[in-house]
Amino acid sequence: MAGDFLHFMVYLTRKIEFSASHLYHNPAFSAEENRRIFGKCNNPHGHGHNYVLEVTVAGEPDPATGMVLDLKELKEILQREVSDRMDHRFLNYEVPELAGQIPTCENIAAVIWRLLEAKITRGNLHRVRLYETPDLFVDCYGASNGEPARTSEVR
Amino acid sequence: MNPPMKLHLWRRFRFSASHRLHSAQLGEDENRRVYGKCNNPYGHGHNYVVEVGVSGPVDQATGMIANLADLDAYVEREVIEPFDHKYLNEEIAEFRETVPTTENICIEIFDRLRRFPQARLERVRVEETGLNSFEYAGELGGATHE
Repeated sequence: MAGDFLHFMVYLTRKIEFSASHLYHNPAFSAEENRRIFGKCNNPHGHGHNYVLEVTVAGEPDPATGMVLDLKELKEILQREVSDRMDHRFLNYEVPELAGQIPTCENIAAVIWRLLEAKITRGNLHRVRLYETPDLFVDCYGASNGEPARTSEVR
Repeated sequence: MNPPMKLHLWRRFRFSASHRLHSAQLGEDENRRVYGKCNNPYGHGHNYVVEVGVSGPVDQATGMIANLADLDAYVEREVIEPFDHKYLNEEIAEFRETVPTTENICIEIFDRLRRFPQARLERVRVEETGLNSFEYAGELGGATHE
């Protein structure tokens, strides 16, 4: 069959949901600056979201199983690494990986990438997409490999 | 210290507008044949969804690529306010010359947002309806970013 000679890169995506609370506050800023920069997200009591996480793994299907990786295995990794850590938690105080960081969608997505990258041994972790709401989400593609910091200059 | 990550921040916006697909370069019959119902001389409307993707280093002090309030205000001013509840063919100057297909709407929105000062514009995705969508990532097609 053609598969004996050609490479078929496939992207597999698994979705999970978790609910968590957070707040944005930088102790280096004054109370007024915190309110100005973070707005409603600075409410000291915190607030919550239903996060939706889409994890995409790229790879060639194993000829014997037809799978890039076993979805069951990916499901267990997501449960252990993400849901068990973050579901129904206050992200600022209960997730050590986020300690000292503002738990924005950007920072949570980066933490999730690092947690998953080490555990996904079949295929390559391609993208972590984290929705904070349906209208706000972040894509993480891993370490930027020394790419120069992006600037907003017009191309 | 963790290495910097490659991150894109996406924000979703909405506007409703009418348009008519009609090309000055085509005859009446040809316009009807190519555009079908969309060539109706009175126009018709859609609820458009616009997804704007930007990238840049995460500011360690705020945890953000760009402050959402800044991004929202910029997109609101440059795109949503001028496009929402308008007849695109007449009320957006660029569409007096080009046909307001969603392809061209996508390119026009990208051009209006490319000077966003706080982050780099990566990609614009426009849904004309829930069943069709278009993406534009600039002249390079996003090839250098993906």
